[in-house]
Amino acid sequence: MRAVCWEGKEKVRVETVPDPVILNPRDAIVRVTTTAICGSDLHLYDGFIPTMEHGDVLGHEFMGEVVEVGKDNSRLKVGDRVVVPFTISCGRCFFCKEQLWSLCDNSNPNAWMAEKLYGYSASGLFGYSHMYGGYPGGQAEYVRVPFADVGPLKVPDTLTDEQVLFLSDIFPTGYMAADNCQIRPGDTVAVWGCGPVGQFAIKSAFLLGAERVIGIDRFQERLELAASEGGAETLNYSDVDVLEALRDMTGGQGPDACIDAVGLEAHGTTLDAWYDRAKTSMFLATDRPHALRQAISACRKGGTVSIPGVYGGWLDKFPLGAAFAKALTLKMGQTHMHKYMPILLERIERGEIDPSFIITHRISLEDAPEMYRVFRDKDDACIKVVMKPGAPASLNSPGGGVSVS
Amino acid sequence: MVPVLRIIDIELCRTRVSVVRNVLARRRMDAQLTYDSPTTIADAENWAALGSGTLLLLLGASKRSLLGTCLAASSIPLLYRGVTGHWPRALTEFVQSDDTKTALGGDRGVHVRESIRLEVPIDDVYRYWRQLEFLPRFMEHLDRVTETSPRHSHWIARGPAGLAVEWDAEIINEVENQTLAWSSLPGSDVVTAGSVNFHTVRGGRSTQVNVHLQYAPPAGKAGAIVAGLFGREPSQTIREDLRRFKRLLEAGEIPRATATT
Repeated sequence: MRAVCWEGKEKVRVETVPDPVILNPRDAIVRVTTTAICGSDLHLYDGFIPTMEHGDVLGHEFMGEVVEVGKDNSRLKVGDRVVVPFTISCGRCFFCKEQLWSLCDNSNPNAWMAEKLYGYSASGLFGYSHMYGGYPGGQAEYVRVPFADVGPLKVPDTLTDEQVLFLSDIFPTGYMAADNCQIRPGDTVAVWGCGPVGQFAIKSAFLLGAERVIGIDRFQERLELAASEGGAETLNYSDVDVLEALRDMTGGQGPDACIDAVGLEAHGTTLDAWYDRAKTSMFLATDRPHALRQAISACRKGGTVSIPGVYGGWLDKFPLGAAFAKALTLKMGQTHMHKYMPILLERIERGEIDPSFIITHRISLEDAPEMYRVFRDKDDACIKVVMKPGAPASLNSPGGGVSVS
Repeated sequence: MVPVLRIIDIELCRTRVSVVRNVLARRRMDAQLTYDSPTTIADAENWAALGSGTLLLLLGASKRSLLGTCLAASSIPLLYRGVTGHWPRALTEFVQSDDTKTALGGDRGVHVRESIRLEVPIDDVYRYWRQLEFLPRFMEHLDRVTETSPRHSHWIARGPAGLAVEWDAEIINEVENQTLAWSSLPGSDVVTAGSVNFHTVRGGRSTQVNVHLQYAPPAGKAGAIVAGLFGREPSQTIREDLRRFKRLLEAGEIPRATATT
């Protein structure tokens, strides 16, 4: 089959690799009908996540049709149309039972690696380094899905692939980010990063009862989407002092909750952002937590900072003093997918949201390498790329021939 | 220098393994005819000691440096063993007898303590573990366990550097859903004793398994250190074994990312 493979920093290739097979009794094999590039794939592309190996199949946002099931999987049958969560969960350990699905004890075969780094291991993930299990990902024609009797969500034929695909990661991720904010009626929520997760965090904050949502970014097209689709007020951090602006917009009190939907590769215009850039470029630091620092500074006393953005290592100049002084609540972690997918499917079915609004690029899987670069550089107003395996390549020259919706 | 040494280490190890493997195979055949012949394995060890001692000496002598002198000096006990057939007295004090009380008493032997929690009822956990024949399903270094009587069993494992190690064990304490303790019997390749304790925790919702293992490795404490260089540290091995146990019982399968993992 054809699959998008990681071949080193900024090197992604579409290669022919062996088809997956059933390995365990609860497995299923899914033929991928639609898949996407996630912002967190760019952390792999940029070489920020350790324990990647040459030839690793990328991708953790995918859906498709079940073509084979293991002998102990009685919940799925061949022909089912499913969306697969990016986290792999056994459904039976302490953490799964506590609804902390992304912390599953039993799904990471390389748990010892994560234990060395983090003390304990979270769940295995599709296509996201060997520390997270080394599972081949979903930017491919077929994927083996472990514990497929608890993960994949069956979706009705009345909804298109594009309407339900983002249940695999970014919609639940944005939603959990907002859910973690404990929003009460009248609250103001500020969202750093208006990429796909930020867009869903904005929508979700409103769905959960926020009165105002403020989106922060530097790309005009993303701010426009946050305003037009999300109904957010927007701040372009290249033009304004974000802290000052947020203070002004909230009567000097600060937002009730702040969401860092940026993660470890933040850009910024302040001194600390340049300091992070310099240190990470010389391998003296692991992450660039500029957005997180700002979210902590901006948040009102007793408020919540929610972190759906990915961090990987040891953060430098982390303002714990400010978080302590203001008695902030910090909430973070990979999304507990299985908890949110069914309720969000219901919201889609009821017409409360159509997640396809974020798609800007529709391409063939064969065009993935070029689109990784375009997405990373935010060229061509790129916000979200979806890919069809099996479709003919259409990009002939770099940046050219891209079909924009 | 270091990579070269490493290659030599590996080569030495391979030689030793293949020699001992052959001898062990022969020993098994012998055992069917007569009753065991412990001299054959001693022969192999003598040759291996002589060979590795000579190599170390040559290697050490070829380096005219402090490191070279140390390497050459370290060949002395190996050469002594190779020529005389037993280890120098200074070393044998560390080498075990095959009686568990003598070999494992006080601070002798290697102690490993690990524990794990499962969301599985205690009687299921206990029952699975008590089926000693199931142990190789999650204990990676075990090849086979055969129960020869309700209290006796024969164990075959892969020891340091892939050597086959066999022993007979006796259950010395057994309280259903609480504890299981055993020790190896005289005449075994390793001297080992251990216990597994089972408790309910979190108000009876989870089960905790505590393992305490003791063993005197085939070449004493020095052997355990060498084994640590070539393989995993004992506590990490047991931790991974317990993790597989938990996964097998909780999730019903041991997760694998690809066919080769």
